[in-house]
Amino acid sequence: MADILKVQDLETHFYTREGTVHAVNGVSFHLKEGETLGIVGESGCGKSVTMMSMMRLIPSPPGKVVNGKALYQDKDLLQISDDEIRHIRGSQISMIFQDPMTSFNPVLTIGRQIAEPLETHLGMNKQQAAERSAEMLKTVGIPNPKDRLSDYPHQFSGGMRQRAMIAMALTCNPQILIADEPTTALDVTIQAQIVELVKRLRDDMGMAIIWITHDLGIIAGLADRVAVMYGGYFIEEAQVKALYGDPQHPYTLGLLGSLPRLDASGRERLTSIEGLPPVLYEKPKSCPFAPRCTYRVDHCLQENPPLMTVGVEHRAACWINPSTRRERQ
Amino acid sequence: MTEQEVLLRVDHLVKYFPIMKGGLFPRQVGAVRAVDGVSFDIRRGDTLGLVGESGCGKSTTGRNILQLQVPTSGHVYFEGVDLVALKPEPMRKMRRRMQMIFQDPYASLNPRMTIGEIIAEPLIIHGIIPKKEVDGEVERLLSIVGLNPAYANRYPHEFSGGQRQRVGVARALALKPSLIVCDEPISALDVSIQAQVVNLLEDLQQKFNLTYLFIAHDLSMVRHISTRVAVMYLGMLMELATRDELYSNPLHPYTQALLSAVPIPDPMVEEKRQRKILVGDVPSPANPPSGCRFRTRCPLAIGICAEQVPEFREVRPGHFVACHLVK
Repeated sequence: MADILKVQDLETHFYTREGTVHAVNGVSFHLKEGETLGIVGESGCGKSVTMMSMMRLIPSPPGKVVNGKALYQDKDLLQISDDEIRHIRGSQISMIFQDPMTSFNPVLTIGRQIAEPLETHLGMNKQQAAERSAEMLKTVGIPNPKDRLSDYPHQFSGGMRQRAMIAMALTCNPQILIADEPTTALDVTIQAQIVELVKRLRDDMGMAIIWITHDLGIIAGLADRVAVMYGGYFIEEAQVKALYGDPQHPYTLGLLGSLPRLDASGRERLTSIEGLPPVLYEKPKSCPFAPRCTYRVDHCLQENPPLMTVGVEHRAACWINPSTRRERQ
Repeated sequence: MTEQEVLLRVDHLVKYFPIMKGGLFPRQVGAVRAVDGVSFDIRRGDTLGLVGESGCGKSTTGRNILQLQVPTSGHVYFEGVDLVALKPEPMRKMRRRMQMIFQDPYASLNPRMTIGEIIAEPLIIHGIIPKKEVDGEVERLLSIVGLNPAYANRYPHEFSGGQRQRVGVARALALKPSLIVCDEPISALDVSIQAQVVNLLEDLQQKFNLTYLFIAHDLSMVRHISTRVAVMYLGMLMELATRDELYSNPLHPYTQALLSAVPIPDPMVEEKRQRKILVGDVPSPANPPSGCRFRTRCPLAIGICAEQVPEFREVRPGHFVACHLVK
């Protein structure tokens, strides 16, 4: 499959009173047609900022994309005009967010908000747009879709609002869907409904997905490929089975060990990662994870490891091979 | 299993919140049935996990046990004493034996007090140690929860979420309680920090023989920390059993669906899993369904489920279920 999105050396800074925060530090990745890429990391690791930078949604000031390219259909999303990026955001690369309450405009009806991109980007008239909106609501499993078009967001429950947001995002048949923790605010039974829904729509419509989350559980059953972020860097990237089966970065290992499993046999102690994630006020010269790492050697403090190939389509930014505890050759 | 002493017994606990209407002369037009007849007990040294989705009444249950809210009816026996019947002064004395850790470490610490003052406050109010020993005790408590005692003069905003939660734990431990109600103590924390706090809670339980009521929605974490688990839905208990029994042999359709909805961080396992996906949303507790509360989402519901509230009964030793279909 061909790449439909290629991001290179993306770097984003925030200029705050305390200093310049290096939120994203040279992130590169690609996305293939129809592929689901999971991006995992804890709060503040830069996963959302990476996506917002790419989509030109970073508020400036205080933020600024200082370097990088985001190539989509031979165009650099970071260079094209405001009109062009707006068109792409509305119809070809759409986003869904964590909190469906604040992502809808509370004073416009659901129907109005789903129909808007259809009229703006696909040039439909009011009636066509309304019909298509009702169809989309039906697709995402909202009963009596025609009647619900005239409802306001507060009349929907949390799960239904998230469904409506998915309907809004997919209404123009986008090529890429960026999902930024869309199920974090939902209960587990509703989360399961939403994940199943997205999987079904992905298979029907064939779009590629970038799913951002802090939950390694969700990603396991959803993604083809997973990237782990820490301190504004991609620190590991692999096919989903390789990442869970043979993690090559101590942080990934730590994250997996700190998760209790529903299907565990006994009650083993969780391996916690001591310390706190960093806030980077300058570009680190050493590995950003080194202060919390139990595999640390002198090399880690002298040089920040780049992403290195450690297996088939498997890259990790660590000098040490965790299974041998020796430096990689 | 050895017969341990029952520390806490909750007997048909009910909490309704009135719905009022009218501005000048408000009258009650209904009630939110947050907790509707919940019974369970916790033995000393045990951890009872109380799980359910948001709005099911699990936090309200916790607050009513500590008498932070006055139950509408029912009894809460702590070491055999009925807390509901207790007068304010003896209740105040009793309360030092039971403490609470809250979900939001940002909202549960007073931003104008240093963490030393926060931890010292219960010691001073209850006057259990002489004033001049308070500072030493605060330092001891800080080191127990893994914080540098030198931090006592700092304010909450100087700490991260995980560290603040440790402060909350130190405050709860100050009065040497026997029971701690942990109300979603880790939900607001990052994954790597969650494990730190859970390990701390486990260590402290061992060290001080604490009893926990662990309220949470994360079934994997509840499995990890609990000895027994109760599942709540719309104000009622659906199932209660020992941890291994509940997770390996769930009998209630709701428990089965809940367990099946939890993702497992292993792509090989996820590939083979068959999910039972519930349809619809949780109904409003102001207007709950007749009969079994779960029947509107239950894939197995039959006629009797709408007519009769299923009894919460012991179907096997130590395994309680409220379902007409479980024999």
